[in-house]
Amino acid sequence: MSKVYLALQDNEESHSIVEAVEEDNPNATVIYQPAMIRIENEGQLVINRETVEEKMGRDWEVQALHVNLITLGGNVDEDDDTLTLTWKD
Amino acid sequence: MAVAAITPDYTGERLDRMENFNGNQVVYLGWDHHLMFCAPVAFAVQPDTLFSKVLDELIPGAFSQHPEFDRVDWGAVQWHLNGEAFTPQADVALIDQGVDHKSILRFNTPGLDGIAGTGS
Amino acid sequence: MSTRKLSLKDKYRILTRDLEWEYSYRDYREIFKQEAFEGIKITDWSKWEDPFRLTMDAYWKYQAEKEKKLYAIFDAFAQNNGQQNVTDARYVNAIKLFLTGVSPLEYQAYNGFAHVGRQFGGVGARVACQMQSLDELRHVQTQIHAMSHYNKFFDGFQDFTHMHDRVWYLSVPKSFFDDARSAGPFEFMVAIGFSFEYVLTNLLFVPFMSGAAYNGDMATVTFGFSAQSDEARHMTLGLEIIKFLLEQHPDNVPVVQRWINKWLWRGTRVLTLVAMMMDYMLPNKVMSWKESFEVYFEEAASALFKDLARYGIEMPRYAETAILEKEHVSHQAWSIFYNYTHAAAFHTWMPDDKEMDWLSEKYPDTFDKYYRARFEHWRELERAGERYYNPTLPMLCQTCQIPMGFTEMDNPTLTAYRQSVYQGERYNFCSDGCKDIFDHEPEKYVQAWLPVHQIFQGNCGGPDIEDVLGDYYRINLGVDNMDFHGSPDEARWNAWHNLQPAEDKLKQAS
Repeated sequence: MSKVYLALQDNEESHSIVEAVEEDNPNATVIYQPAMIRIENEGQLVINRETVEEKMGRDWEVQALHVNLITLGGNVDEDDDTLTLTWKD
Repeated sequence: MAVAAITPDYTGERLDRMENFNGNQVVYLGWDHHLMFCAPVAFAVQPDTLFSKVLDELIPGAFSQHPEFDRVDWGAVQWHLNGEAFTPQADVALIDQGVDHKSILRFNTPGLDGIAGTGS
Repeated sequence: MSTRKLSLKDKYRILTRDLEWEYSYRDYREIFKQEAFEGIKITDWSKWEDPFRLTMDAYWKYQAEKEKKLYAIFDAFAQNNGQQNVTDARYVNAIKLFLTGVSPLEYQAYNGFAHVGRQFGGVGARVACQMQSLDELRHVQTQIHAMSHYNKFFDGFQDFTHMHDRVWYLSVPKSFFDDARSAGPFEFMVAIGFSFEYVLTNLLFVPFMSGAAYNGDMATVTFGFSAQSDEARHMTLGLEIIKFLLEQHPDNVPVVQRWINKWLWRGTRVLTLVAMMMDYMLPNKVMSWKESFEVYFEEAASALFKDLARYGIEMPRYAETAILEKEHVSHQAWSIFYNYTHAAAFHTWMPDDKEMDWLSEKYPDTFDKYYRARFEHWRELERAGERYYNPTLPMLCQTCQIPMGFTEMDNPTLTAYRQSVYQGERYNFCSDGCKDIFDHEPEKYVQAWLPVHQIFQGNCGGPDIEDVLGDYYRINLGVDNMDFHGSPDEARWNAWHNLQPAEDKLKQAS
């Protein structure tokens, strides 16, 4: 199985997103690099709006991910509640 | 189809045809395993230039800064012209011994392996 | 009265489907003239889907937010004299190369996407291209803004657009994009949207920008990551177009495969410039080019191509060569620029002992074996006051236009030479990849504007090389070019940072 990944700018908003991703994807690996945070996982990564909102303590739209997103790898599917990255093999 | 184009039978302008070089042709020279010179070098010379000028002027001009240059045994040098083994004739014009426009002349100097033997 | 908010999917559907109309009084082929000539078959444009489902209102909203954040940081950087806080003035030379070599490509990408967006019959594809076009325009603008601050304090930034069109090494990225933009719309999408954005821009914008951060360059890392946040969307678009093309018709598969082979090779050649920026131009090291290549090319691309295997798409043909070359290209590129620094609008230098040791550690199989002795020799010459400059002009590859500094991977000290004869004329190449690209479409590449040949033809001024460099390229000779050591950049940097000599202080105090 290939790894999907996501990299975010290292800032306050991203910290909440990373916390949420870690909670929802317990096997994910989080790597801190200068100015950025890379999260990778075998096969799939999910970002749930609800979990992020809980960590941030305020409303958050999934599309707002773009503000802090640096890069990603995997097939993307996005709706109002989740963003999912997958490799299908 | 020599190119995918909207225009049928499209042809491109040949930017480097020999007529554009004001009577010169381009010749490339490379010294194998001496990469202190990062790439082969290019010269624009007249086609009737004698090979002796390559030996006496162009090669020293390009490569004499190498610490091994003075130790080259020119009698033992192995030449390649456009990838084929080649025996140059000093008193014959380049064009008359097959060194035509955009030809590559490579030389190999057996026993000289570059700075500290690293091919540099 | 309650208003129901549309879901993301509904909004996207309404924007990209309901805005389309039937072409009742003009022939479809007449409206979309470029859709068919490349041999790509589209049967149903409605299958096109943007997985982010981005609509114009959301686009403006989030782009505006990104811009606000970005400009706040530019302001802070300028107000705090950020230029003095980078690790070392040598670092700024990477930024010069970025401004002259990369930023104009953003502008070319803007042009390219604006153009192809008009050529597609599907409205979803048109909307996506329009947004990407705007993104690219934003990138070039923010990059120029960010680097304009450096222009006030360092040499070599002043004429970047002029230089991009003329200077020998800048013909490498320029011709890369010219090639893509003069292709048909589908090839452009595979070239830039997929091969470059999906597979290769990560190598430019992620590890290098992380490196900029690590070298105190807040302005660059910020525009880099801000641009890359758009790239994440572009990458996704790139992957979607590939899947869309492959699903539309089986006849598309071999065409797309050939484009992938071509553009990944073209891209890795262009990224040679980035390889040397990573390994040689960042004083504080984050990761080597080789490591970056492993993460962002080998790992990412193998996942990607495994995913595409179900369509019959294979790993690009020259990937194996590119993987072997990761051990060499940064050193070979730095050698090229060290040889010809007198003809460049930025400075080079030899690594110091600590930097050489880092290279030995990161490249245990190649650096000491092939490159270290060469560099130590150059350093000795410099110490003796005879800094080596190559007095000739280099031979260039007809396709990638890079000086022929690449070697055979089974014999790494032997220059790789390839040649084709087309209609009685010889054409020379650095690699199988570049030769095959030429051989497939010779009528395109016979037109290559090779800087060295143009100089020989008398089209770049002269008669001396100094005239070409100074008048035609507009390099400020003795200022922008030559080794970093002894440059005005170095002198200014030392003046900012050197404490007043202790003796002078004592004199003033008494």
